[in-house]
Amino acid sequence: MPELIPDSDLLQPPDFIQLLDEDGGRVPNPEFDRWVRDIGATELGALYDDLVVVRRLDVEATALQRQGELGLWPPLLGQEAAQIGSARALRPDDFVFSSYRENAVAYCRGVGLTDLVKMWRGSAQSGWDPASVGMAVPAIIIGAQTLHATGWALGAQFDGVDAVAVTYFGDGATSEGDVNEAMVFAASFQVPVVFFCQNNQWAISEPVGLQARVHIANRAPGFGIPALRVDGNDVLAVMAATRVALDRARSGNGPTFIEAVTYRMGPHTTADDPTRYRDPADLAAWAKRDPILRLRRLLEAEGLFTPEFEAAVAAHADAAAAELRAGCIALPDPHPLSVFDHVYTTPQATLDGQRDGYAEYLASFDSAGSTSSSTSSKGASV
Amino acid sequence: MTMIKVFALPDLGEGLTESEIVAWHVAPGDTVTLNQHIADVETAKAVVELPSPFSGVVSELYRPEGVLVHVGDPIVSFEVAGADGSGPDADLPGSPEPVTREANLVGYGPDAERHGRPKRRARPGSAAGNAAAAEPVPTTDSAAASVVERPRSSPPVRMLAQSLGIDLTTVTGTGPDGVITRDDVRAHGVTPDAVSVDATSIAVTTVTAIPGGTRESRTPIKSLRKLTAAAMVKSAFTAPHVTEFLTIDVTPTIDLLATINAAGARTGAARVGILAVVAQAVCLAAARTPSVNTRWDDAAGEIVQFHYLNLGIAAATPRGLMVPVIADADRLGLAGLAAALADLTAAARTGTTTPAALAGGTLTITNIGVFGIDAGTPILNPGEAAILAMGAIRRTPWEHQGEIALRQVITLSLSFDHRLVDGEQGSRFLADVGTILANPGMALTMLAGVGLAGSNSAGSNSAGSNPAGSNPAG
Repeated sequence: MPELIPDSDLLQPPDFIQLLDEDGGRVPNPEFDRWVRDIGATELGALYDDLVVVRRLDVEATALQRQGELGLWPPLLGQEAAQIGSARALRPDDFVFSSYRENAVAYCRGVGLTDLVKMWRGSAQSGWDPASVGMAVPAIIIGAQTLHATGWALGAQFDGVDAVAVTYFGDGATSEGDVNEAMVFAASFQVPVVFFCQNNQWAISEPVGLQARVHIANRAPGFGIPALRVDGNDVLAVMAATRVALDRARSGNGPTFIEAVTYRMGPHTTADDPTRYRDPADLAAWAKRDPILRLRRLLEAEGLFTPEFEAAVAAHADAAAAELRAGCIALPDPHPLSVFDHVYTTPQATLDGQRDGYAEYLASFDSAGSTSSSTSSKGASV
Repeated sequence: MTMIKVFALPDLGEGLTESEIVAWHVAPGDTVTLNQHIADVETAKAVVELPSPFSGVVSELYRPEGVLVHVGDPIVSFEVAGADGSGPDADLPGSPEPVTREANLVGYGPDAERHGRPKRRARPGSAAGNAAAAEPVPTTDSAAASVVERPRSSPPVRMLAQSLGIDLTTVTGTGPDGVITRDDVRAHGVTPDAVSVDATSIAVTTVTAIPGGTRESRTPIKSLRKLTAAAMVKSAFTAPHVTEFLTIDVTPTIDLLATINAAGARTGAARVGILAVVAQAVCLAAARTPSVNTRWDDAAGEIVQFHYLNLGIAAATPRGLMVPVIADADRLGLAGLAAALADLTAAARTGTTTPAALAGGTLTITNIGVFGIDAGTPILNPGEAAILAMGAIRRTPWEHQGEIALRQVITLSLSFDHRLVDGEQGSRFLADVGTILANPGMALTMLAGVGLAGSNSAGSNSAGSNPAGSNPAG
């Protein structure tokens, strides 16, 4: 019998990094505590404000979809700490390549609130200028952004800068070819990229256990990429782990994989009904691990959660939600020809031809909205 | 100063055309705040909570609970404070006035009038089937919130319950986690007392329980059933139908198919069935009797002669009767027809037949033999001149070479529109089809002049946008 690598090694989970337990108590961890030593009262308050604001924005966007103002929305409810803790660890010159659910990351990067919903309203092909905020527009193709991040990191390596690419994706994406290819390249070239996986337990309706026989974090070492497994609902642990990974990348030590263990409390998107596949008991269990609740308890324990503070955060959240709503509803419908506007940076003859053809087609509609020549669609069927 | 704002049902999923209001949580006169949960709405995908789009007072609910509403239909209106008031946006400092525009649809905005796909499947326990949206809406004030929780059961069990006229909400499940099993439904059905008729279940079930229990059930006429009915009535009462029958020995064709498929198995070719041979025979015979491939255009006062043959294949699908079409069937040849039939069958079974695939037929075959039936008087697919029904192939004592032998025998039934097709033409067409099936070699005698748009049409004319303009073969 040949000697096999025992799969018991693979089934063994890596250490679970947690600095803040479910009741808001600090969990001593000398190795990781030092990475968040600078987080004092002010910073904790700011993190709490972030968490509450992005949840409020998410709820407002979900309501806007139900009211017909957005075509679709992918809620991030429950994943606030994983996104805020990591995004607040980044520098402005780092670059984020995310999926479509990282609206809290976009918020941290400085994306305008109205810009968050532009694409989901169908008002624009993309919501913002990636270069101005250091964050690409969301990848809808599952996992494609990990390749973009790896390529960007390779460029940063060539440029000799210490900026880092951070790519966000989910547990389901780790089964996609793109993510595996990206990890192969990232490891081979030792590029400065952080693979940040939010394991929210669900690939739409597919539980993570069905597609991963080992812990998600255990997949990375097979590619030669060190991995960290962190409590994704613990904003401090997420921040510490992300800082470790960023530091490794900036020091020329190559990619790091982070599995942030969290839970998607809402539907996959507003077109999904999670009650069809989710056990309510699971939901209740994860509700106790709520990321906002535990930080609030820490703040209370430290005497920082004053009524004034609570009111200020609530007012900030309500104002942000109102700004999002007003901005969303006021978005103008785009001109049909604007679809050609941002395809290339320089003029292209083929595209110009298509634009002219489309303009001509649009002009063929009379004011009543019917075509002047109705025969065009008939001939084809004969 | 106040103004009335009307809220229309938005597309709550992706590309949905209709939804059902499961429950209203507000009534006219109620004061609501922005995003307050005012209703539960069920789409084909999910039950979702509808948040109020305005702060104000509910002035009218346009649709009762338990009915299907098309996207874009008004469902509720609000009295909201005007721009000068201290109204809905008082808590939204600095925001532009949003209420001057009606709730709109983003994206491609599905056509609210469209009855096509994606379809919502009616479920027992929901009111989905209670009203096609075009129908007068029954007032069901008593519809209760009890329908939010659908009884746990599997689709076959729900179908069984529906067929027995049993409201699943009245059945107690004994399966794992209280799942309702077939036995539960059957046991429920045989206990007269158990068929309770309470007001709430009547209001919300697809099959309305009536006094007398399971002896009758009523299903609203809608969707495909309704379309099928209208098409059949129109056809039956505009086109004077004649039906002819021909019973033939198709043993030689069955033998030939065995040879073809044995050869095809080695090359991996698609399996050829009797339906493909019938289709091929119809194409050959139609070329010799063009009047079966025509249309009566009453409005224009003209007879339209098709110089191509789009062959409809009537299919029983989970959604009901459909007639997907094989375009230019006369150009495909036997192997091409077999492949097209396989594609069409797969699409029909999986419910992925596209509307385009259902349009443009010129002549139809219906295979009632698959149900074990010998013959019938098929009703023409509206607008077509002929329809051929294939019966079941049976081993039958039959005269063969002067003796009685057990032979494979089939009955063909041909209905045709007597305005377009005389008895002589219809009879010749049917006889030609029969001749080919009884002796496939006879097809060789009919090949001359084949190709309704020219015998070399597949090569030379396919690029043209108007093959009908090419010369039909004499």
